[in-house]
Amino acid sequence: MLRLIALRIAMAVPVMLVVATIVFLLLRLSPGDPALIIAGESAGPEALARIRSQMGLDQPLVVQYFTWLAAIARGDLGFSILSKVPVLSLIFDRLEPTLVLALSAILITVVIAVPLGAVAAWRHNSWIDRAVMMLSVVGFSVPAFVIGYILILLLSVKADLFPVQGYVSPFEDPLAALRHLALPSLTLALVFMALISRVTRSSLLEVLGEDFVRTARAKGNVERRVLWRHALPNAAVPIITVIGLGIALLISGVVVTESVFNLPGVGRLTIDAILARDYPVVQGLMLFFALIYVGVNLLIDIAYVIVDPRIRY
Amino acid sequence: MLINRREALALSAGALFATMNPARAQGKKTLRLAPHAALRVLDPVVTNAYITRNHAFMVYDTLFAVDAQYRPQPQMVKEWSISPDKLAYTFTLRDGLAFHDGQPVTAADCIASIARWAKKDVIGLRLAAVTTGMEALDDKSFRISLKEPFGPMFEAFARPSSIPLYVMPKRIADLPADKVLEEVVGSGPFRFLPAEFRPGVSWAYERNEKYVPRSEPASGLAGGKVVKVDRVEVVWFPSRQTAINALAKGEIDLLESLNADQRSLLQGNKDVVVRRKAGPSASTIRFNWAQPPFDNLKVRQAVQAVVTQQDYMDASIGDPESYQICPAFFGCGTPLETAIGFPDTGKPNLAKAKALLQEAGYKGEKVVIITPGDVASFAPLAPLTQQLLRQIGIPSEIQTMEWSAFLARRAKPEPVAEGGWNLAHAVFDRIDLISPLGNLNFDARGKAAYTGFVDDPETEALKGRYQRETDPAKQKAIVEEMQKRAYQQVFYIPLGTYFDYEAFRATVSDYVPSAVMVAWDVSKA
Repeated sequence: MLRLIALRIAMAVPVMLVVATIVFLLLRLSPGDPALIIAGESAGPEALARIRSQMGLDQPLVVQYFTWLAAIARGDLGFSILSKVPVLSLIFDRLEPTLVLALSAILITVVIAVPLGAVAAWRHNSWIDRAVMMLSVVGFSVPAFVIGYILILLLSVKADLFPVQGYVSPFEDPLAALRHLALPSLTLALVFMALISRVTRSSLLEVLGEDFVRTARAKGNVERRVLWRHALPNAAVPIITVIGLGIALLISGVVVTESVFNLPGVGRLTIDAILARDYPVVQGLMLFFALIYVGVNLLIDIAYVIVDPRIRY
Repeated sequence: MLINRREALALSAGALFATMNPARAQGKKTLRLAPHAALRVLDPVVTNAYITRNHAFMVYDTLFAVDAQYRPQPQMVKEWSISPDKLAYTFTLRDGLAFHDGQPVTAADCIASIARWAKKDVIGLRLAAVTTGMEALDDKSFRISLKEPFGPMFEAFARPSSIPLYVMPKRIADLPADKVLEEVVGSGPFRFLPAEFRPGVSWAYERNEKYVPRSEPASGLAGGKVVKVDRVEVVWFPSRQTAINALAKGEIDLLESLNADQRSLLQGNKDVVVRRKAGPSASTIRFNWAQPPFDNLKVRQAVQAVVTQQDYMDASIGDPESYQICPAFFGCGTPLETAIGFPDTGKPNLAKAKALLQEAGYKGEKVVIITPGDVASFAPLAPLTQQLLRQIGIPSEIQTMEWSAFLARRAKPEPVAEGGWNLAHAVFDRIDLISPLGNLNFDARGKAAYTGFVDDPETEALKGRYQRETDPAKQKAIVEEMQKRAYQQVFYIPLGTYFDYEAFRATVSDYVPSAVMVAWDVSKA
């Protein structure tokens, strides 16, 4: 296991380097000028040139690239061009809402979607199965912002049960945090739930036809035990894989959900930084997301070993 | 007593929701408002972003300020005098002015602030070019000496937008002009709270207890800035719909801006007041003068012949209460309003346009219209213009991009093949148009000018005359000449002015109607 972790961490370095290079080039080669964003359209060419010089944007691309790489190697992600705040501080300041939102969405998904998918497989072709599949089609098809606004309209504005917007840290006021997180978590979780319930169902359907399941039934196990004790653990590997892959889906969903519910997370920070051509912030965020993705993949690999002892690396 | 699982669940849910009422003010009267944009840059001299300007008007005070009729009025200045030859202006500050760090505002602070501003602002640059010296006469008085008269002195000191002249401590104003200021120390009615500044998310102010307001009632940006709340918390909403919902539910008190369509979402809500904003916006068609075919006056005139403000306003705004046909290049309802030269008869003249194109020798070259896809106010303009161009026989292609790329491209005078453009639209707040020297549409210095690259030495000469003229009547006559010439040469085509709306809870009163959102005078029940 330790070898696996060490190997994956070592492999993360070239992955991060590739990500860094691609992000750097994409930003520098796309149209848009941060100097123009800061100084405004009325600024003359001399003023714009001075601002570009202050930001080092007048240097050749290769020089800018290696200067940036050297800074990253020192753990320095630079300062935001606009607010002059260190990039790392900006990311950390906005990290908590995103992490809390993503974790609560995953929690809701696992707690609801896996049992739903399992029951759908267990009651294959029944009305429960069809209802679950219909809900998953809806979850896939309706964009997150539509779901978010509908939930706000029904449960916040009309029923007055939840606040419309904002974030409260669970470390400061857990109950208020729960209120503020309920709707955004549900919004974010719906797409994920659709995916996981479908995968759980198909994976379990396959396993339920296996010989060991028939053997378990022949031994007199009740259906509930057959399903939860014998079938589900054996269907877990593809479910875990999809949960891992779904993290990317969550990251993109977070951007929309944070905007709809006005949560000050890294999703909004990313969009703002891209639109304002705040190069250091975008670069820092992309590295951060890549790191998260690499980390999640590592955790999934570890989870494989735990749920299926036959797997060896 | 035994309870079953359902009852237990209901009780827990009840207990949970009972604690879920919005947080009540903790002793302090706090105004929560949603602005039109997110604050990221704090330095009001380095950027002309409206949100930074609005923030600065909370924190800094100004020597003069425009009132609701856009007339300059003294603000920090108590009295002033002008020498008979109009080459020396002496100003004396009001008593009791102090910065938020406790230091008194002195003449030296004002001189340093003027010097910093004059390196950046378009009118400030003109003032600096004719200034021979600025000297402090004592702690509260200073004199500006000029080599030639400068008519718009008070207009310059009362600049409400682009780059207003904010007074800051000398130690800050003396920092190199290109350094972006990070310390926010003003002498205005609110103190900025740096510890609560989260760039792009939220920020807050506290009442400046020591601020001495003028005795006149608040009017626009002028008059007495009396603060009636303890705190102002500003929260940026990337989704306007969410901000509207938050206002309807009472989670915020004031929403700075919503458009005519969004207004309907709050109509019928007795807890919310919706009001037309004091300052309208003006949309325009801009040509790239540096490239064919719009380097040709007759081609520009051909487009002008078919554009009517009524068509654009009907199509893009719709609600007649929310727009106004405005022939004045310097804004309707302003001191320099004039209709002179306005060619728009309300009916497109296709025959005239086609004849002008023939005279111009136009050979059917395709033109490129650039437009931002992520700015709602621009959305209807490009298709409308394309349709008009098609009607008179100018083929065109719309190229859509996001705002940042649009700004960068619009700043290029090069041909389309080299990353340039032929036609674009621009939208201005009226307060950016009111000054003949500050109105970017009258920047006529060719490729060095504002986007569109208008090249007209005669207009630059007229601006010089306006600058030297101190008689308001003669200034107005020069402005009329400027407007007439701009219509003749088709600097750009104004498409009418339209109003956005502001909304606030019924518990909020005395919210000052102003082109720049201000939080003084506002009280909250």
